Amino acid sequence: MLRRAANFLFRHPRWALGLLLGPPLLWLGVVYLGSLAALLVQSFFHVDEFTGQVVRSFSFATYAQLFTPANLDIFKRTTLMAAAVTIAAALLAFPLAYYMARYARGRVRSLLYLGVILPLWSSYIVRVYSWKLILAKEGIISWFFSAAGLSRVLDAVLGIPGIGGPSLSFSSLGRFLVFLYIWLPYMILPIQAALERVPKSLLEASADLGAPPGKTFRKVTLPLALPGVIAGSIFTFSLTLGDFIIPGTIGDSSLFIGQAVLRHQGTAGNVPLAAAMTVVPMLIMAAYLAWARRLGAFDAL
Amino acid sequence: MSAPAVRFVEVSRHFGEVRAVDGVSLEIADGEFFAMLGPSGSGKTTCLRMLAGFEQPTAGRVELHGRDVTDLPPYERDVNTVFQDYALFPHLSVADNVAYGLTIKKVAKPEIRRRVDEALELVCLPDYGARKPAQLSGGQRQRVALARALINRPRVLLLDEPLGALDLKLRQQMQTELKAIQRQVGITFLFVTHDQEEALAMSDRLAVFNQGRIEQVGTPAEVYERPRTVFVAGFVGTTNLLLGDLAQRLTGTPGPAAIRPERIRLLACDTTAGAGEASATGSIREAVYLGMHTRYTVDLDEGGELAVVAQNLDADAADAACAQGRRVRLAWEPSAIRALVG
Repeated sequence: MLRRAANFLFRHPRWALGLLLGPPLLWLGVVYLGSLAALLVQSFFHVDEFTGQVVRSFSFATYAQLFTPANLDIFKRTTLMAAAVTIAAALLAFPLAYYMARYARGRVRSLLYLGVILPLWSSYIVRVYSWKLILAKEGIISWFFSAAGLSRVLDAVLGIPGIGGPSLSFSSLGRFLVFLYIWLPYMILPIQAALERVPKSLLEASADLGAPPGKTFRKVTLPLALPGVIAGSIFTFSLTLGDFIIPGTIGDSSLFIGQAVLRHQGTAGNVPLAAAMTVVPMLIMAAYLAWARRLGAFDAL
Repeated sequence: MSAPAVRFVEVSRHFGEVRAVDGVSLEIADGEFFAMLGPSGSGKTTCLRMLAGFEQPTAGRVELHGRDVTDLPPYERDVNTVFQDYALFPHLSVADNVAYGLTIKKVAKPEIRRRVDEALELVCLPDYGARKPAQLSGGQRQRVALARALINRPRVLLLDEPLGALDLKLRQQMQTELKAIQRQVGITFLFVTHDQEEALAMSDRLAVFNQGRIEQVGTPAEVYERPRTVFVAGFVGTTNLLLGDLAQRLTGTPGPAAIRPERIRLLACDTTAGAGEASATGSIREAVYLGMHTRYTVDLDEGGELAVVAQNLDADAADAACAQGRRVRLAWEPSAIRALVG
């Protein structure tokens, strides 16, 4: 019976392909794209101001609400943070990924992999809360600065408007540090994978043709690693844009997009506005990818 | 006399316990087409890499045109390499790949464009500049790699098994072309290969490598006709290696010695050998028809066996098929037997 099924599939590869691709396509098509479509449709509904009921008719009324100064402020704050986190993550991840791909062998390599992946095994919320303790006024970082006699430096940094706050755990700087910590593995792994695919002979060829190491890095290594950097940045950028746990736990009371969405669909009961707000990070990501494409990030693919 | 283009002086390269290259000394003249021949792991590629600057010798000295370059990094040496895997930059177009060396040297744009066109013309790919390496066939990539190296007008061009990935027909065509290009540009070509036929066909001189050492250096004819060692006799072409009893009978010494299969004449057993020729009788154990020639394995009556190759001048294939078991006389000039060093 099993054998006959196998023979049938061997002779009719289209059936085999259909059986293999059916479930994932169903998932992608119905569950994923379907919910996305539902989201888009809802974003064009609006809430009646008097009754508080959702009016199921097409209008741009909800999208108009996005342009209030408070909402624009949220978008700006979130996008800037996402950009800052992405750039810092790329700068931090690259050397480590480079070392992992080019030099680390055997045990060291396994340990580095484990070190990068291990944090992903533990609960994300637990890690965020532990950072709240680390960054608190009584936390280890404050303690370190005072023990080193550098409390003034920390106070000066916390005094910078827009970045600082009463303590690290109530500052944008604190938010930034936690975002950076939480998303860093998502940047390291794709860059490492991209660098691993660059054959050593390409670097030798570049040197052979007269390029000193710095030039080889700029003209060969970096362009070939760029798809990995972009892949990593898609993670760090979009995860920051949508996150509501970190800005809700660390930092002052200013909102991020994710928190605003949570409030509108939850306590405020304004699902259309929540949906419209969700469209914003999608548009930002689309613009970002278009820009990356023009930069030639996908040429080497 | 001017300094040789390339000079290895007692060069060794050890990887831990492994002696990849072990005391190699070699001189290559300016303008020579030189082949380094040997099986994989014999040290020929490591020698090439030390010349390019990718590897540091553990001991010894590497010179280019009389200048000690042992401690120079690759980007400060006046050599260019055609890599075994071609190592074309996948994110650059063919033209940008070829222009790479000149761009690094900050040559003026118009001149780069002119020289790129020239280089692509030289390798017969004039209209391929806009393509990406992924859009080329293996043979075309090989030509681009060649153009990319030659455009810098290096004084020595290094080629690391450049034809290894090509099929037979293309390989033979590229052999002829490489040779023609070398004559045209007049620079020293140093060519690494494990294919003895390729080395014989292309080089002015060759060095035979074995286990990190050079066994013999000479012209193709010298190395083929007068192999110095057992290894060279066996590696370059096919040969009858004469050892012990067989050597004693045929040469009067315990050997080792060798005689090429094509230097032995195959006669009917009732004919006599020519004047001054040595001979032995036996019977054919195996005959393999190879088109242009037939290869026989003959069991000698007094023990031992010899391989004989006879050209198929008038015989047809059927002859070879029914040759098995036939009694024959083998005859050869005594001078065809070469004494070898262990």
